[in-house]
Amino acid sequence: MSFTEKTVDGADIMLAVSSLTKSFGEVSVLKGISFSLNKGEVLAIIGSSGSGKTTLLRCLNYLEIPDGGKISVSGTEYFSIDSGVPKEAEIRERRLHMGLVFQSFNLFPQYTVKANLLLAAKLIEQEKLKKRLNNREIDKAQYKEEKARTAEMLIQKADSLLSRVGLSDKADSYPCQLSGGQQQRAAIARALMLEPDILCFDEPTSALDPELTGEVLNVIRSLKGKDSTMIVVTHEMEFARNVADRVIYMADGVIAEEGSAAEVFENPQSEALRAFLGAAKRK
Amino acid sequence: MELFLEVTLKLLSGFGVTCKLFILTLVFSLPLGLLISFGTMSRFKPVSALFRVVVWIVRGVPLMLQVFIVFYVPGFVFGTPIAERFDAALIAFSLNYACYFSEIFRAGIQAVPRGQWEAGAVLGMTKAQVFSRVIFPQVVKRIVPPMGNEIITLVKDMALARVISVVEIIKKAEIILAENAIIWPLFYTAAFYLIFVGALTLLFGYIEKKQSYYKI
Ligand SMILES: Nc1ncnc2c1ncn2[C@@H]1O[C@H](COP(=O)(O)OP(=O)(O)OP(=O)(O)O)[C@@H](O)[C@H]1O
Ligand SMILES: [Mg+2]
Repeated sequence: MSFTEKTVDGADIMLAVSSLTKSFGEVSVLKGISFSLNKGEVLAIIGSSGSGKTTLLRCLNYLEIPDGGKISVSGTEYFSIDSGVPKEAEIRERRLHMGLVFQSFNLFPQYTVKANLLLAAKLIEQEKLKKRLNNREIDKAQYKEEKARTAEMLIQKADSLLSRVGLSDKADSYPCQLSGGQQQRAAIARALMLEPDILCFDEPTSALDPELTGEVLNVIRSLKGKDSTMIVVTHEMEFARNVADRVIYMADGVIAEEGSAAEVFENPQSEALRAFLGAAKRK
Repeated sequence: MELFLEVTLKLLSGFGVTCKLFILTLVFSLPLGLLISFGTMSRFKPVSALFRVVVWIVRGVPLMLQVFIVFYVPGFVFGTPIAERFDAALIAFSLNYACYFSEIFRAGIQAVPRGQWEAGAVLGMTKAQVFSRVIFPQVVKRIVPPMGNEIITLVKDMALARVISVVEIIKKAEIILAENAIIWPLFYTAAFYLIFVGALTLLFGYIEKKQSYYKI
């Protein structure tokens, strides 16, 4: 039974990836990846080092341009090799459907936590307002008023997100003053500021000391809900098993196995997956 | 005493020219250096190759020679020499230092982890926005010490302008030597340089300290 078939006619497919390929020079890293994801689902991607998990997430976020295949988000084209590579501005717009939390956090060091959350959101809102001003939908006075109003609104949003990830007291700290776990939670809040349709995590706890992984995983778990679709690349098997609705096991650039968490973890079909899970358990 | 005062005033007027040349050179060479660094980092190979060659030539030829070239060559080629000696020196210094600065900018920009660009990109920022809001401030923090070095060298290189008779401080001292047959004003110019470079050193220390609120 394949996951893709089951959801093909569903109205609420959030993400559909088909036959995605990507090579770096001679090295073929993604060899035809197809899967889909329903709204509100959490997908865990597991697999050994070098299997292409990061490359897949980077393709989903337009940090790499795939060589072939198709990606659609909520039924609209997100990437298609037939349409070629979109223009920079178009990529920016499409990217807003996706969020990405990096293994190494990548907070902006010169800004406070709160400013990290606000920077991009503010720029986007300002751009929208400028457009309306240029189209004469609003006049100068309204523009100023709106600008102040959205700034206020964004600050409230940032505050509420920071409290959601438990960082209210760190809003004015700089990233270098935070622990790794706190930095990652700030990075998650920053990604949530833009309300992506799908939030991707690339090994969000791999750069953390073991005692800090829990707080980050708990935050991710707390995000689970009917409106938040997430893809989590992880080596934390317990987490994948408890939180994910779906699990994909990648090996050597292909999806070697996929299914519900129970299916994949309780009843692995291939010898490779059994070996992988066994090795993960021993760690 | 009267002579000392008179000499000081004369040297000060010369040092005014030095300072003017210095500040204008910075005004032109810093932005130009940034542009050249973009050129050398261009992903379009012919462009980056061209800029690298220019940087190689400008850094490889003695600055004094470049001052001569800018002053005399337009006269040979177009028949109209550069009207102002000061302008010729300014152009030569600006081009020369822009190339040195471009290498500092390039190193500074390339030292910023790629993750910073990518984090900005996935947040929907344009490349220009990522550069100006995220990358450039970090570049500034990184390059303050080498820039400080280069800029202090620039202060002293201003003296080369005298080879095309721009009357900066040392030229002024040489004129005093020729007219009054006293040599100490020439050595006295060192005091002006020392005070100026001292002030710059304090300034760079201050800028560095202002950037120390965060780590990269
Ligand atoms: N920019 C690149 N240029 C060349 N090869 C690359 C590039 N990025 C990734 N690769 C190669 O692609 C393969 C897959 O890399 P990827 O990072 O996607 O694996 P991964 O599954 O995320 O592994 P890990 O668990 O170690 O993070 C690796 O062999 C890697 O060397
Ligand atoms: Mg990876």
